[in-house]
Amino acid sequence: MEKLIALLIAAPLLGAAVLLLGGRRLDRVGHWIGTLLSTASFVFGLVLFTDLLGRNAEHRTLIQHLWTWIPVEGFQADVTFRLDQLSMTFVLLITGVGSLIHLYSVGYMEHDERRRRFFGYLNLFLAAMLLLVLADNYLLLYVGWEGVGLASYLLIGFWQHKPSAATAAKKAFLVNRVGDMGLSIAIMLMFTTFGSFAFGPVFGHVDGASQGKLTAIGLMLLLAACGKSAQVPLQSWLGDAMEGPTPVSALIHAATMVTAGVYLIVRSAAVFDAAPDAQLAVTVVGAVTLLFGAIVGCAKDDIKKALAGSTMSQIGYMVLAAGLGPIGYVFAIMHLVTHGFFKAGLFLGAGSVMHGMNDEVDMRRYGGLRKYMPVTFVTFGLGYLAIIGFPGLSGFFSKDKIIEAAFAKGGTEGWILGGAALVGAAITAFYMTRVMLMTFFGEERWKNQATRSPEAPSAEPAAEHRGETAEPHPHESPKVMTIPMIVLAVGSVFGGGFFSIGDRFLYWLEPVTGHSEGHSPVSAGEVTAATMVCLVIGVAVAWAQYGRKPVPAVAPRGSLLTRAARRDLLQDDFNHVVLVRGGEHLTRSLVYLDHTLVDGVVNGTAAGFGGLSGRLRRLQNGFARSYAVSMFGGAALLVAATLLMRAV
Amino acid sequence: MNPVNYLYLAGLLFTIGATGVLIRRNAIVVFMCVELMLNACNLAFVTFSRLHGNLDGQVIAFFTMVVAAAEVVVGLAIIVSLFRARHSASVDDASLMKL
Repeated sequence: MEKLIALLIAAPLLGAAVLLLGGRRLDRVGHWIGTLLSTASFVFGLVLFTDLLGRNAEHRTLIQHLWTWIPVEGFQADVTFRLDQLSMTFVLLITGVGSLIHLYSVGYMEHDERRRRFFGYLNLFLAAMLLLVLADNYLLLYVGWEGVGLASYLLIGFWQHKPSAATAAKKAFLVNRVGDMGLSIAIMLMFTTFGSFAFGPVFGHVDGASQGKLTAIGLMLLLAACGKSAQVPLQSWLGDAMEGPTPVSALIHAATMVTAGVYLIVRSAAVFDAAPDAQLAVTVVGAVTLLFGAIVGCAKDDIKKALAGSTMSQIGYMVLAAGLGPIGYVFAIMHLVTHGFFKAGLFLGAGSVMHGMNDEVDMRRYGGLRKYMPVTFVTFGLGYLAIIGFPGLSGFFSKDKIIEAAFAKGGTEGWILGGAALVGAAITAFYMTRVMLMTFFGEERWKNQATRSPEAPSAEPAAEHRGETAEPHPHESPKVMTIPMIVLAVGSVFGGGFFSIGDRFLYWLEPVTGHSEGHSPVSAGEVTAATMVCLVIGVAVAWAQYGRKPVPAVAPRGSLLTRAARRDLLQDDFNHVVLVRGGEHLTRSLVYLDHTLVDGVVNGTAAGFGGLSGRLRRLQNGFARSYAVSMFGGAALLVAATLLMRAV
Repeated sequence: MNPVNYLYLAGLLFTIGATGVLIRRNAIVVFMCVELMLNACNLAFVTFSRLHGNLDGQVIAFFTMVVAAAEVVVGLAIIVSLFRARHSASVDDASLMKL
């Protein structure tokens, strides 16, 4: 069975190689090759999953050693894969949701002449992410980690002819580099502390390491997770990443990329459990991000950016849960999986709406679309109910557990974290209801708008390619796009219940991550009730603002907070002022220092010697008698010195 | 007669020679002054030889004479060719060896 693990990665990798090297002759079938190989990987995953299910819980870890990568005395790097319950969960999520997104892209990218290349990148993305979750040591994980970064760069900047897309890709790559640096430092620290970076030796020797080193490793891993998972303070790339084609956004937000950070933290559970300070930092980052993302999501008029804010917020929930330690690991992963379903569904729905609306992304130019796109409406609606945590749907089970776990942390921290999670739930209900109402309900604001107002966000460029008129004719998307949406909607509805009832997911994952109940000051029932109250408040406020009265087609000025949230809570301004300006000032002062101090010393020395030799040169005047004087003086000096030495 | 007086004489001759080398311009005179310094040294050697009662100083004096004779040959040849080239025997005229 172990032999199959490498095939999981090999299939999409082969797809990427074939599609990217195959050239134009594959243009007509390329998308199906990509989809087929991604699905093949999913099938391998299912086979392995059934195999794991047939084993005892203790024997559910499969190790496949391929070859020794760097065989040096005292530094052993292996290409070894580890398939346990945690990686299995990720494999199924990545390949399953990934394959659905492949299928959807066949329809979505139909008119793009570079579709073959797009599928090559998608396959590369899957392969890198699978390598990341299957690696048995941190160095191999780092390879996958970087591969994910590369693939995301290629995909976000897929429409590279748009300067905004090219910039967004660069931004995502650069911000991710900061996180990557954290991961590489963490790996180096592990090597100096434990003499190895394979999972087994590292987690086995945690007890012998000093608290300070463990905290440093934990914080560096957290920095890495912040980069990939778009957590504060490295969150700024996620919103701009919406410049990529919508299936890419779905893939990044649901199956790959942003989940990598959560995976890293949960995988390194042993390190974090032994470093409470690092754990606290993780929970703080999670709590701050879940509120940050939610607030940003409330103010965005761009449907994809609103969803991006929502992703940031939901990943914040997962990071918060992962920071809670054994109380939360399982629920972080559970929320990750359910979120994978409904967020992929929501993004595909958003893509479907854009597909029918001439690639318009401004929700203020939507409205009343439920009549025109019934399938999209229903699937998007189910995803919406799942994400706000409507009772019985996926999000209800997983988010509720996280809020419970936050309270179960105990003490003041527990109250603060739980409170933040509850407020986040209310804001989630608000912004998702807002998206829902502005898109599918209300008056049809897209009619009679032959000319765009100049301040409207620019549409994706495919509209010009298709040569369509400005007045959109909303229509349902083709089957190849709606089927994945339906499948994901089914997952969003039943996933959470399936995992939670009988604590199936808990028993499945517990052998890897461990689990403890914690001591909650409030009962589970009370938490659920409070969550429901928050949910109702959020929905009601959104209804009062966007459902009861018509939505203006041009955004009102809004309050100070709204305006700040529209600018992503000034994250870019902060980065610009602190990092860009700061960097400029730093480099300028360094240049100044270089010119004055370094060059000054060098040039000064040279000039000094030049002047000195100019003066010394005068002594060389060519007159034999003056040379005779110097000889005479020198001889006299020598004699005097000799006499002096004698006297002493 | 106290042999130390010869040393005073040697010192006097050496000083006259050295002063001549430093202040005279004519190459021939400079040359003669060099000879004067050499002979002052010779006188000192011989005197010390006498004072210490061994012959080393006298042997050195002979060496000096031989070397001085050879030096005179080379030195006069240089002075003559210098005079032929520049029509002057002044040492200050030959001041081209400089930067």
